[in-house]
Amino acid sequence: MPHLELADVSATYGAHRVLDGVSLALERGEIMGLIGPSGSGKSTILRVLVGLLKPTAGEVRIDGKAIDYGRAVDVASARDRCAIVFQQYNLFQNMTALDNVTIAPIKIKKRPRGDAVAEASALLAKVGLGNKLASYPDELSGGQQQRVAIARALALKPEILLLDEVTAALDPELVSEVLDSIRVLAHEGMTMLVVSHEMGFIREVASRVAFIADGRIIEMGTPAQIFDAPREQRTAEFVSKILRH
Amino acid sequence: MWQRFAAELPEFFGYYNLIFLAKAALTTIALSAIGALTGSVVGFAAAVVRMTRAPLLAPLRWLTVLLIEIFRRIPFLVTLMLVFFVFQLSGFDLSMFTVALVAVFLIASSYLAEIIRAGFDSVHRNQWDAAAAMNFSLPATIRYVVLPQAWRVILPPAFGFFILFIKNTALASQIGVIELTYAGKVLNNKGFSAALVFGTLLIIYFLISYPLALSGARLEKRLAASRTR
Repeated sequence: MPHLELADVSATYGAHRVLDGVSLALERGEIMGLIGPSGSGKSTILRVLVGLLKPTAGEVRIDGKAIDYGRAVDVASARDRCAIVFQQYNLFQNMTALDNVTIAPIKIKKRPRGDAVAEASALLAKVGLGNKLASYPDELSGGQQQRVAIARALALKPEILLLDEVTAALDPELVSEVLDSIRVLAHEGMTMLVVSHEMGFIREVASRVAFIADGRIIEMGTPAQIFDAPREQRTAEFVSKILRH
Repeated sequence: MWQRFAAELPEFFGYYNLIFLAKAALTTIALSAIGALTGSVVGFAAAVVRMTRAPLLAPLRWLTVLLIEIFRRIPFLVTLMLVFFVFQLSGFDLSMFTVALVAVFLIASSYLAEIIRAGFDSVHRNQWDAAAAMNFSLPATIRYVVLPQAWRVILPPAFGFFILFIKNTALASQIGVIELTYAGKVLNNKGFSAALVFGTLLIIYFLISYPLALSGARLEKRLAASRTR
């Protein structure tokens, strides 16, 4: 049984259809890369998975159990199991790095403060920010903020990590520090859905890659197949453009 | 003129007049304070209701928006008269102070609801999204994430409104509430010169509103310097 499964999922923003019958499945511990042009629906898939957008059709299943988006308890359960790292970090601006990481474990998951702080400190150290616990988001570089966001997502102890173009808003020299943090997680066997334009990174960490355009999965396969021998014309054009760039 | 002033002063500041003015000032302060406090609480609740998305709460949302839009658009005096006549027609035997209190409460709630909503809206959408994705409920999102960031946007217009509000309570004199302006009219009708009477009122209104303006400015400064958590 797949760990995470989308079956014929469609979604709209107002009258605009952004996902059109998307189906994919991830086994436990699998890392899948989602690639495609801007506006193709990659990030929307992640937003659907954490209940920020309700699908208009299809089903999302975690461990075979379908999420009923009309039931708050189902959405809460999905959010409990999936954590998302946003492209723009979305750190709480009124909190320090440590508070950003501990707020949900303490206030939402009701973990003891001492445990949450110790765990958050360890997570921040793991992403190389052990000396930035008391820094506010606007005192951190983009790369540092993104790593705090990763630590914040991990503090929720998710089964599935969703990464939404986590390096897109970063200066090139900051990209590697974020990718290094994700590599560590990849080696730990976490199920991950990774939206990225970093083709080298996707090729390195993902076991499968899905190319998405116009809200549909055009092609899915191993990184070698998608990047070196795409079957679809649109995939080939996109990959060649990105690799040339 | 100064001679007349000097001659009036001892009688004007006589014991009974001072008690009369003090009671009127207390009425003004009570109207303003109770109106502002209840208005803040209900205005906050109304702003929160407007942020909800649950279909079940839709009728409550529409009613809230309707009331806010109505009472923000009609003058205070009209609201006062409306409340006065509604109570009169419904046969409730309420004091004029209570009628004025209901009117100031309606006005304060609707204005503060909008000020607080604007503060909520000033917090970037991505902060709401991040909180929702981490399973924060709406109250938890507002308490831990939105309000600490929205205070800086809410406080300046809120304090501006409170000061305007103190002045607006003068209209309660129209239905016979003995607040400061009413007391001024009574003393003026007793024969004291308008300059002395209303000059005194000016000072009392200033003494009531200036500390409020000062504490507002101090609070804004404190929030700007330290990050509220």
